[in-house]
Order: sequence, then structure tokens, then C-alpha cells
Amino acid sequence: MRHVATKPEPQIVKDVHHPLEHYFRSERLPHIWCSGCGLGTAMSCLAAAFGHLKLDVDDVSVVSGIGCSGRLAGYMRPDSYHTTHGRALPFATGLRVALEKTKPGHKVVVFSGDGDLFSIGGNHFIQAARRNIDLSVFYVNNFNYGMTGGQVGPTTPMGAKGTTAPYGMFEHPFNLPYLAASSGAPYVARWTTLHVHRLQKAMEEAIQKKGFTFVEIIAPCPTNYGRRNGLPTGLDEMRYYREEAVIENFADPKDAEIIPGKPFIVGTFVDEDKPDYLEIYQKFVADHFEVAAK
Amino acid sequence: MINRKVKGMSKKDILAGEHFLNGDVACAEGAIAAGCRLFAGYPITPQSEITETMAYRLPKIGGYFLQMEDELASIAAVLGGAWGGMKAMTATSGPGFSLMMENLGLGIMTETPCVIVDVQRGGPSTGLPTATSQGDMMQARWGTHGDHEIIAYAPASPQEMFDQTVKAFNQSERFRQPVLVMADEVVGHMMERVIIDPDKIEIYPRRKPSVPYEKFLPYKGGPDMVPEMACAGEGYRVHVTGLTHDERGYPDLSVESQDKLMHRLIGKIRDNADQIIEVEEENIHGADVVLVTYGIAARTALRAMELAEEKGIKVGMLRLITVWPFPLKEVRKIAGDVKGLIVPELNLGQIVREVERAAAGQCPVRLVGHAGGGLHRPENILSAIEEVAR
Ligand code: SF4
Repeated sequence: MRHVATKPEPQIVKDVHHPLEHYFRSERLPHIWCSGCGLGTAMSCLAAAFGHLKLDVDDVSVVSGIGCSGRLAGYMRPDSYHTTHGRALPFATGLRVALEKTKPGHKVVVFSGDGDLFSIGGNHFIQAARRNIDLSVFYVNNFNYGMTGGQVGPTTPMGAKGTTAPYGMFEHPFNLPYLAASSGAPYVARWTTLHVHRLQKAMEEAIQKKGFTFVEIIAPCPTNYGRRNGLPTGLDEMRYYREEAVIENFADPKDAEIIPGKPFIVGTFVDEDKPDYLEIYQKFVADHFEVAAK
Repeated sequence: MINRKVKGMSKKDILAGEHFLNGDVACAEGAIAAGCRLFAGYPITPQSEITETMAYRLPKIGGYFLQMEDELASIAAVLGGAWGGMKAMTATSGPGFSLMMENLGLGIMTETPCVIVDVQRGGPSTGLPTATSQGDMMQARWGTHGDHEIIAYAPASPQEMFDQTVKAFNQSERFRQPVLVMADEVVGHMMERVIIDPDKIEIYPRRKPSVPYEKFLPYKGGPDMVPEMACAGEGYRVHVTGLTHDERGYPDLSVESQDKLMHRLIGKIRDNADQIIEVEEENIHGADVVLVTYGIAARTALRAMELAEEKGIKVGMLRLITVWPFPLKEVRKIAGDVKGLIVPELNLGQIVREVERAAAGQCPVRLVGHAGGGLHRPENILSAIEEVAR
């Protein structure tokens, strides 16, 4: 038998609260994510972004799809919706549109993974970006399906291994900043879970900006992806980001592809002003009909 | 609790008066009268007039129309809209209805009030895009995976398209469950008189939390097993998931939790079935033969009834207004008093199975099927009546 280290008991100090605690369902923590996983970091950045923007818990909703990333909705205190696989964006679209009538100004954040948003939900992504619906989409790219055990997906680099690609991936992966930009998203950025401050800042920019905003978060999945692809711990993955991530703002999204072992671009790719769906709809209604849509 | 007034809704938005409308338009007007202000849909024949009417009407009355990328997205947006505090609807036909099965389940699991209209056409697959059928009746019942109950209406006229759409909204709020309106191409496209009296329209309002945030359990059923609903941004910080959940709404994947949740989700419909089931009886007492039918098939059956009466046969009709939950008691009661039950439907045997189950061998049950694409000939139903009455 191998020796398994027992986890230390958490020490709960009474009446001492984390400054961001109110954004979490503390009663549901600790989360289910593996040690070394990037999802916890991404969630912390999101809470920090909420905190820095002084966003009231009741003025934001979080929508997730299915997968490891999809579990985030269940850990955050705002009204949160854990929907079906791939359908986070159309659900969030309906939610956001309804809130325009019931509670204008309420923010809707979508947080999900690569398989959810770009495989089963791929069409919804390009359509939501095209429509320029006012949603902030934070999406974790860990290059595989973690929850179901390390199968390859639309972001898996060519040659990388997964349980459904035991000989290596035969397909080309998506370049997602390029896809988002060409689908019309007015804000597109990419950071890794090593760049926590920049990631938080990008999340803040995305939340504040009206329209369909998109932040790709490159994150480790040591359990299912890293282990099979030469990055067996979260730390190995961090080293990879430190060595290969090149910060460059407003680079051509075409150049944003990720090839293992080679440098890849992180930064803001797109930040432009463009009227969003609701703005156009409301303006037309206000100009033409007696009843405003609000 | 029935309310005649809804906040932010004006009676003048309702198409009051006497009109000559097709069933699809009547359905859209019913939704508007019921307070629906968010519609998300995708073009498909033979329901397109519903979607088009909503696209024309909603922006003028403070509503939102969304044309989504497909039916998967349409129903997802409807569920999102309901959680955003609005009454929401989508409409589709066979192929789109198949795509909606996924999130119909999410709607049932998360107890989301909304309405889904299926204007049925011939299938399977692309089938008969522009011609009638009642081939989706069992899909309506069992199309989404997992054990569940469902509420489904079967309108037989444009007037009923209006009335039953209103009822569907009310029942969806009352029981917090997606409700289906199972129409068909003929009812959708036929034009008839539709009378709309805003003063007679009753609206069931959303069940809002009656306790403060600290005490609120979003998935604890009330005395009727139905929970109260806190929508986004109302301060109740609700977690909504398609996973098996406890009364707090938090995932709990234990056998006990599944057992408790499933008993409540199914129980809230089964135990309250008397408040849902609606049938229309005609000449049942003393009848030798009773036609058990629904939707457009019932209208052809009516003519067959007249022909049979002319021949001196005592024939009655039990028309199912709600097909699901199935009116088991109502059918069983009749089955003991007649020579036989006849089930005309525009498929080759779906609801007849339920009728057989309800009759439980008390009398013969006979299907008068039709593969779809057109309606029965009354003579076919008549000859079945004559044979059974003999
Ligand atoms: S499987 Fe991968 S993505 Fe899922 S929790 Fe573990 S490390 Fe994170």
C-alpha cells in the first residue's frame, strides 16, 4: 500500500471572514476540484473582480453549463444556474433579456469549459457573439473533458493524448480568440491562471463593458490532461505558462493558436465599441412604439 | 389564487373582441393574454405563424422576441427568461420538438414555469412538413429522459388554441412545470371565429417567496408539494441545477435525495391530477359505444357520431382536453357501462394504449388510426362504431 497523506483539518477561526466570502456559498466549500486544478484560481479571480467592482451579490447572476467548470455556479452566492451541457449561453440569453425588463442593470456572467462552450455548445457561442448579447463569458480552456475522465475535445492540441485519443489527437484545434473575434465579440482577451492580476482585470473590463465579452482562461487540468501530456502537476503547468506565454495586447487573433512547447500569445485581442442587441432593440421600440420595452 | 390583474400588463394589449383567426395566431394571442412577454423560437412549419405573430406583437407591448439559432437554444432561452422573472413560451413542430426534449427535462427538474407548443406534423424525421398528424403524443409524455410527469393540452379549434394556451400558462405557474400544448397542422392553420373577452381571462400569478431570504428553501414543496419561486436578482440567491438537489437547491446525489425529489416532482402532478385533468363528455349516459378522442380527430369523430345516431346507434364521446396526465378514472368509469370504446387518432396507435390500460378489460377497445397527412373519413369511424355496437 502506498502512503496517502491525510488532509489537514481546516482550522475555522470564529468571526474572522475573508473579504470576498459573501460571494461564495461557504457551506458548499471545499469544492470538488482536484489539487493543482486551475478552476479554483479562476473562481478566486472572478470573486476578486466582483469585489473590486463592488458588485452587489444580488446584482449579478452566474450561469454555467456542464463539466468541471460548470460546477462553479454552485459555489458562488449570487443567483446561479447550472444548466444542461452546452446550453449555458442560450439560457443566459433568455435570462439577460428578461432581466432587462424585470431588473435593468443586472449583470449576467457565464462561466463554463471548452467542451461545453465549443463542442456541444459551439453554435450557441458564435450566434451569441454575432447577436452581441450583453453577457460576460469566462471560459476555462484546459484542453480536455476533465469531468468525464480526460477525453479529447475541440481545443485539444494536435498530437496531445487523451482517453479517446490514445495515439494522440488527429484533429486541428480551435483558435478561440480568433473564433470569438470573427464572430463579432467586441471584447476578446486571453490569460492563464498564472496571470491572476491581469485575469482579474480582464474580468472586470468584461463585466463593465456592454455587449458580448469573452475571456479565455488557460488553466491546468493535471489529473486528466497534464498527466498524459508531460505536465503532471499544476506547478509544471504554471512553469509552462511562465516560459511560453507571451504578453502582447491587440495582437492579430489569427496568431493566437496554441501549439504545445511553443510560445503562445496572451493579452487583450479586441476591445471595441459596438451597440449590443438590447440597446438596438430598445432604441427601435422607443422610437417607434408608445410602450417602451422597459 | 387567481388574479385578474398583472403588474405591468395592460388589458389593452390583449386582442379583445370577435375575430377570424387561424389557430397559430390564436395561440400567440392566447400567450399574450396570459402575460407572456418573452418568446424564443426557431422557424419551422406548421407553427411559423405563432413565431411571426410574436415577432410582430411583442415589441409593441413591452415584450421581447428572440429568434434563436435552433430549438435547443429556443427552449434554453425560454427557461432562462422564466428565471429572469418573465412568462415565456416557445413553439415548434416534430423535428424541433425532438431537439427540445433535452431542456424539457431541465425545465421539469428545475421546476421552471413555461409553455411549449407543438403544432404536430407527419413524422418520423422530416416526414410531412406541411401536413397534419398526432404522432408526437407519446413523445410528449416520455420524450425527455428520466421518470417524470407532464401536463399536455390537445386543442381542437382556433378558439381552443387561444383558451388552452392561457390555461397552459396558468397551470405552468400553478404547478411550476413546463406545460405542453399539443396542437396539429390542421388546428394551427384552420381559420375560425375566436372570441376574446379580457374580463373573462384569469391569470395565475407566479408563486413568490412568502418568507425572507434567511428562511427560504427554494426546493421545499408547499402543502401541494409545489415550491415558491425566487427569480434572478430578487435577493434570494438561489442555486438552480439540473442535478438531483436538496431543498436548498444544492446538488445531493444520494439515493435518499433522489427518492425524495422524485416523489415530490411526480407527486405534485399525480396527487393534484383532479385539478389538471379536463375532459368533455357528450351523450355518455346510456351510450352503447363511446368515442375517446382528442384534438382535431375529435372533430371528425363528431360527424361520425351524427351519422351513427341517424342509424339509431347510441354513441357518446369523451373528448380529452388534457391528454396528460391521462384521465384514467374518467375512462375506466365509462368502460364498465358500454359495449366498447373507439379511439380515433391521427397515428397508428398511441393514446389507444392508455385507453386500453384504463378500460382494464371491461370492454373491447378499438383503434381507428390514420397514418397522418390528412384527417379520418367519418365513414371509417362510423363503420367501427357499427361493428362495436353490433
Ligand atoms: S479533472 Fe481536471 S478540470 Fe476537473 S477538477 Fe480535476 S484537474 Fe480540474
